[in-house]
Amino acid sequence: MIAAAAPVQRPRDARLLVINAQGELRHAARAAWIDCLRTGDLVVANDAATLPASLHGTHLPSGAPIEVRLAGRASLAPGDVSFSAVVFGAGDWRMRTEARPAPPPLAYGDRIALGPLRAAVQGELGHPRLVALRFEGDAAAVWAGIASHGRPIQYAYMQQPLALWDVWTPIAAVPVAFEAPSAGFTLDWRSLARLRTRAIAFATVTLAAGISSTGDPALDARLPLDEPYRIPAPTAAAILKAKAGGGRVVAIGTTVVRALEHSRGVAGLGMADQRIGGGTRLRVVDAMLSGTHEPQESHYQLLRAFQDDATLARASAALEARGYRTHEFGDSVLIEAALHDGNKLLPGRSKAVTQGR
Amino acid sequence: MNSLKVAITGGTSGLGLALVREFRRRGAHVAFVARSPHAVEQIARLHQAHGIVGDVAHKEAIHPIALQITAALGGLDVLVNNASSLGPVPPALLADTACEELALALETNLLGPFRLTKALLGALTASAREERGAVVLNISSDAAVNAYAQWGAYGASKAALRHLSAIWNEELRADGVRFLSLDPGDMDTPLHALAVPQADAATLKRPETAARELVEAVEAALAKAHA
Repeated sequence: MIAAAAPVQRPRDARLLVINAQGELRHAARAAWIDCLRTGDLVVANDAATLPASLHGTHLPSGAPIEVRLAGRASLAPGDVSFSAVVFGAGDWRMRTEARPAPPPLAYGDRIALGPLRAAVQGELGHPRLVALRFEGDAAAVWAGIASHGRPIQYAYMQQPLALWDVWTPIAAVPVAFEAPSAGFTLDWRSLARLRTRAIAFATVTLAAGISSTGDPALDARLPLDEPYRIPAPTAAAILKAKAGGGRVVAIGTTVVRALEHSRGVAGLGMADQRIGGGTRLRVVDAMLSGTHEPQESHYQLLRAFQDDATLARASAALEARGYRTHEFGDSVLIEAALHDGNKLLPGRSKAVTQGR
Repeated sequence: MNSLKVAITGGTSGLGLALVREFRRRGAHVAFVARSPHAVEQIARLHQAHGIVGDVAHKEAIHPIALQITAALGGLDVLVNNASSLGPVPPALLADTACEELALALETNLLGPFRLTKALLGALTASAREERGAVVLNISSDAAVNAYAQWGAYGASKAALRHLSAIWNEELRADGVRFLSLDPGDMDTPLHALAVPQADAATLKRPETAARELVEAVEAALAKAHA
């Protein structure tokens, strides 16, 4: 596929590959994605705003340049300013992550200067480039420092530096994501109004979307890292209502699938630490609108919970043949879960459950 | 108001400061924005509010401000766009007003509130979906309605803000966000002293009184959202 290299959230010519429950493929304009939904369906999006999580600075013990990419947090609490972070040596986003020099060796207690911020290494998290960091100062000073000094995490296929407004979805609320929940870029306010007109419900979850690539195969294999999330009570209620009425739950992006499947659609706080892949039975989500993911990406594994490998291979070939654009500003896929007997905890999509009543 | 999350721009003097006090007095969690780091720190400490240093007239400052507001409060129910620029001081005829002076008034009084509201709309609509209610209060002026000679830049920017509020109120009704555009009246504030130095302070409204009225109007709008 072709890398989408310009930060346009809703390109007029954005395309959509629809993979229906039977595994049939259809090409459409992404602007028409709502036409693929039915009255009574529920659309669920991730309303996390994105932190400028890339912080450049200096490893104070060695004086060596370092880039810290904040990658995880134990909770969504405003006062929690301890992070896990992926560290890089010299260079910036213009260099492919695979080609980036390693950071200086980091030891427990090493201090790092990141613009106005100071952080201390609290230990390695199973890989020399994944560390626990604690910032000095109170939470307000840490957020102010991140807001002023941080830049959005971005990759070498982009043409220009990203601004924060490039990576905030229109519904971005609390800044807890480390990379944009980019499937939400498609949700402008007109489309939300259109959902309402068609009696399709809309709800949100908040999940601290982590980073999508580190350039290190061993570290990439650990992605996604654990992600804290919150399911609001009205969202849980909307899921029950949609299921009871035979509507489908349509997740906007992989992060929503993670949150809804981990929580089983129950309200509250949680930590999405599961792997979703070919062996996963989806219990809440019936369909997902997502970017176009390539087989080597961590996100691709999640698609295998929706459709079998043969169907996904056909979809990949179709995306390639038609020149779909990939990455966060690229084209989209709407994928419905294949129908399996007893695939669902809740009644709704599964014909088996409906027929069993 | 115990769990209400409120953000106020221009929170270190005049009406903005009175609003910080009044919302805090009623138990709301408050984040405020102002330009002077020293004043922000003082007011934050004094009123146990989250102080954010920034200038809403600068496009690049908006998202960092929005980020700090929602990071500090964990969401947002009420946004008060109070920060305001008078335009040229002393007041000038429009024909004597430099384009740059008009542009600055529009940046502060119109584009700033527009950008900040837009950046915080996700948080506000999330509050509305969770039935907390969501209100944006844009501080207006009688100059938004009446044509006062020598108040062209200020009046035009406030008139535009008033209309922006009205249209936004129409467009976001279904999303549960209510917009208020309210004129607090002539108050004994530093801004008013700058605008009308010869005014007799004794005849002016106290900002505390105006703040109480405005907070009550916000409360009423929130109650309406719950009804």
